Amino acid sequence: MYVAVKGGETAIRNAHRLLANRRRGDPSVPSLTLEQIAEQLALACDRVMSEGSVYDRDLAALAIKQARGDLIEAIFLLRAYRTTLPRFGYSEPVDTAAMQVERRISATYKDLPGGQMLGPTFDYTHRLLDPALAGDEEVEAPESHESDETPVVRVSDILAREGLIENDGVSESEEIGDLTRTPMEFPMNRDTRLQALSRGDEGFLLALGYSTQRGYARSHPFAGEIRIGEVDVEFDVPELGFTVTLGRIRVTECQMVNQFQGSSKAPPQFTRGYGLVFGQSERKAMAMALCDRALRATELGEDIVAAAQDEEFVISHSDNVQATGFVEHLKLPHYVDFQAELDLVRRMRAEHAARRDSDSDSDSAMPEAAE
Amino acid sequence: MTIHTDDGLATYNFAYLDEQTKRMIRRAILKGIAIPGYQVPFASREMPMPYGWGTGGVQVTAAVIGPDDVLKVIDQGADDTTNAVSIRNFFAKVAEVETTTDTATASIIQTRHRIPEEKLKEGQILVYQVPIPEPLRFLEPRETETRKMHALSEYGLMHVKLYEDIAKNGHIATTYAYPVKVEGRYVMDPSPTPKFDNPKMHMSDALQLFGAGREKRIYAIPPHTDVVSLDFEDYPFEVQTFVEPCALCAAHGVYLDEVILDDKGGRMFVCSDTDHCEKRREGGHRGHLAGDARETAQ
Amino acid sequence: MTDQPLLCVNGVSKFYGNRIGCQDVGLELWLGEVLAIVGESGSGKTTLLNCISTRLPPTAGTVSYRMRDGQMRDLYRMGEAERRFLMRTDWGFVHQNPADGLRMSVSAGANVGERLMAVGERHYGNIRETAEDWLGRVEIGLDRIDDQPRDFSGGMRQRLQIARNLVTVPRLVFMDEPTGGLDVSVQARLLDLLRGLVNDLGLAVVVVTHDLAVARLLSHRIMVMKDGAVVETGLTDRVLDDPREPYTQLLVSSILQV
Ligand SMILES: Nc1ncnc2c1ncn2[C@@H]1O[C@H](COP(=O)(O)OP(=O)(O)O)[C@@H](O)[C@H]1O
Ligand SMILES: [Mg+2]
Repeated sequence: MYVAVKGGETAIRNAHRLLANRRRGDPSVPSLTLEQIAEQLALACDRVMSEGSVYDRDLAALAIKQARGDLIEAIFLLRAYRTTLPRFGYSEPVDTAAMQVERRISATYKDLPGGQMLGPTFDYTHRLLDPALAGDEEVEAPESHESDETPVVRVSDILAREGLIENDGVSESEEIGDLTRTPMEFPMNRDTRLQALSRGDEGFLLALGYSTQRGYARSHPFAGEIRIGEVDVEFDVPELGFTVTLGRIRVTECQMVNQFQGSSKAPPQFTRGYGLVFGQSERKAMAMALCDRALRATELGEDIVAAAQDEEFVISHSDNVQATGFVEHLKLPHYVDFQAELDLVRRMRAEHAARRDSDSDSDSAMPEAAE
Repeated sequence: MTIHTDDGLATYNFAYLDEQTKRMIRRAILKGIAIPGYQVPFASREMPMPYGWGTGGVQVTAAVIGPDDVLKVIDQGADDTTNAVSIRNFFAKVAEVETTTDTATASIIQTRHRIPEEKLKEGQILVYQVPIPEPLRFLEPRETETRKMHALSEYGLMHVKLYEDIAKNGHIATTYAYPVKVEGRYVMDPSPTPKFDNPKMHMSDALQLFGAGREKRIYAIPPHTDVVSLDFEDYPFEVQTFVEPCALCAAHGVYLDEVILDDKGGRMFVCSDTDHCEKRREGGHRGHLAGDARETAQ
Repeated sequence: MTDQPLLCVNGVSKFYGNRIGCQDVGLELWLGEVLAIVGESGSGKTTLLNCISTRLPPTAGTVSYRMRDGQMRDLYRMGEAERRFLMRTDWGFVHQNPADGLRMSVSAGANVGERLMAVGERHYGNIRETAEDWLGRVEIGLDRIDDQPRDFSGGMRQRLQIARNLVTVPRLVFMDEPTGGLDVSVQARLLDLLRGLVNDLGLAVVVVTHDLAVARLLSHRIMVMKDGAVVETGLTDRVLDDPREPYTQLLVSSILQV
């Protein structure tokens, strides 16, 4: 006798219980606090905020804890939360020229107003594992000095003064696109594309940006400037008739300066690739800037020869929440379709065998016919 | 109307989505109904389940469901597959609606990969979860191009594929997600249902809605709409047939799942539509492997 | 019979930025007439052909076509649906590189049958029969009907491309260097075949070539282009045997060896 498999509900319940248990790990080890995650795994929180498109460090920490450190899962949690939030409106563009800068480097000028500021970077650390970190050693307080309150000029503004670099670009339409509220359509305007890139998967953009450097749509980039620091978020309240500051957020901005020969439409000048992400993530901001520049091929009249320039390809595949969902959906049952294929393959194999048999029949008939 | 969760921490709107989002989705649905088979782009939301796991269907259901609805969710024809359970529980929680496994009493049926065997009635809504809504996608990967092909009814390529099937195999080798033409205009992907189910879409009394969350498309077949599976005059569309009846309820002319019984090639065929099978057994039908219908949870 | 031309081109210019593609070109083409556009590389032949065949919108000028109902229609004012329908029924376009005009991973039979299916033919047997007939007419063995063009030689691919275009019996066919990538013996055979088909079907053809021998063999009339402009037109034999413009004389004396 056969008993049909039942018990999906129980199975799910049990799986969730086991998951909670594994998430907690050994109960004799103290549970992580959200403060610990937010403070000590800050860059993980930054990535989750950035790709999760919600600037909230505590929620990011919670998501990371809940996801057992799986960052794409954490991003997913944050995104699913984000969709339920009411939308009050759109902030004014953040003014990165007025950023309170913690790190600022330019690869194009040796020195410049505001100076080069290394900030908290891994760049010149030797990647030697540090056993001291296994314990809870005191660390020295950082060196600090009074800021002189003069804004740190953006490299792109310096170039723009001489007309050497294209303008910052004007938005193609009055309203800023919002890919979370309107259906995506190709070709896209640059504002929407930048949004998609900013929340796009760091690894995917990194690989694409890298591919442009290796010759798949080379754009001769210079890291004009990378700056990390805090900016004000301002909101225009129509009822009040003026803008109010909602708070400050930490962002990383990268402006790539790219060589451009000029075309029938534009004189020879430098062009821009732009990257902006929440928190501190230079890798992502730089990769984003490379991708942004590559994706402007059509606008600048360049031939589309590589994946990184192909808007539909890049934007359709850059979202890791979408990608992981669809790749992983393959583990859902597909047995109805598989049954259909099974039936077809069996039938085709039978037809194949029948053909072979009839062929060999006629082969064996040959000698007789010849006689 | 808001729903409060047990812990009192988070509150959700009825059926999870906010009303503004629901209105946006309903507009897309209405447009879809007005242009049968046409894929309406919509601003798909991130849902608390992964893309590819039914987010499109869930959003459509969330937009059309009301407190008096009775919801049935199936995956592979069965009410008890894990993802069906998960989606049903989701709505039980965020919309507090009554759920059922009974096809006839459900007012909304969300499905993945099957259409119930029992004929659907006027007033019922069948919501399909769609992974790839574009029937031309594997012939032409570019959205910009396929939209143009639809706009201009350039469907020659679709028949090229069927032609190739026949030239190679002697028959059309597409077994599921078999393309259909809706109301003589748009070629449509019926979602990965087996082609066995295609005829059920034709002139159905129920409203059929299709949601693709990741690909951000909604489309629809209003009741009593012409739905024709593509074919050639001399190679007409045919559905799968099974030699044996269901081993549990002895039904013929239904879609069967193959179940492996042991590692020596033993197998049986049982109804993919579990509700249909159970009802038949309750009605006294017995297949050759049906014992007393005891069910175990494992 | 009608006293109107099939195709009327008026003042067509195309600029790529500041560079001239072609400038102020006018021509008329009659049913059954073969026009060759000749000139050295870069003289604007392809640009003109693409402008006429609606593949490249011109910067200025008009192109009109006499539809099957006798109406002259401005092609660039036609809706895209109608224009694309025209292109796959009443027109053909033979690319220099067959890969641009064929589906390389679809069988030869389906390549030929596609246009039929696009206009609603739904009988597999009939489609296949027509495909077989056309493969025969372009001298491709019937045993190759289920093979893909990627397994074909260059000459075979070009013949397949021609069959794929002619299957709907169009009235007008555009060809861009149809013998371009082929070696000489293969070229001769293809030209022969083309000439036969054009005569049998009474096609109107606009063929672009830098090879005057091709023009001599196929065309009734010749149009000579230089730097985007037309320098001389006339009956093929007249232009080739008695060129009037110095540029044409140069072209004929330096290249023509037929
Ligand atoms: N896409 C293009 N962009 C810019 N210039 C072009 C383009 N295509 C052709 N041209 C220029 O237009 C002129 C005519 O080219 P073309 O029509 O290809 O000539 P032909 O077919 O006679 O060789 C040439 O100077 C060529 O460089
Ligand atoms: Mg050319």
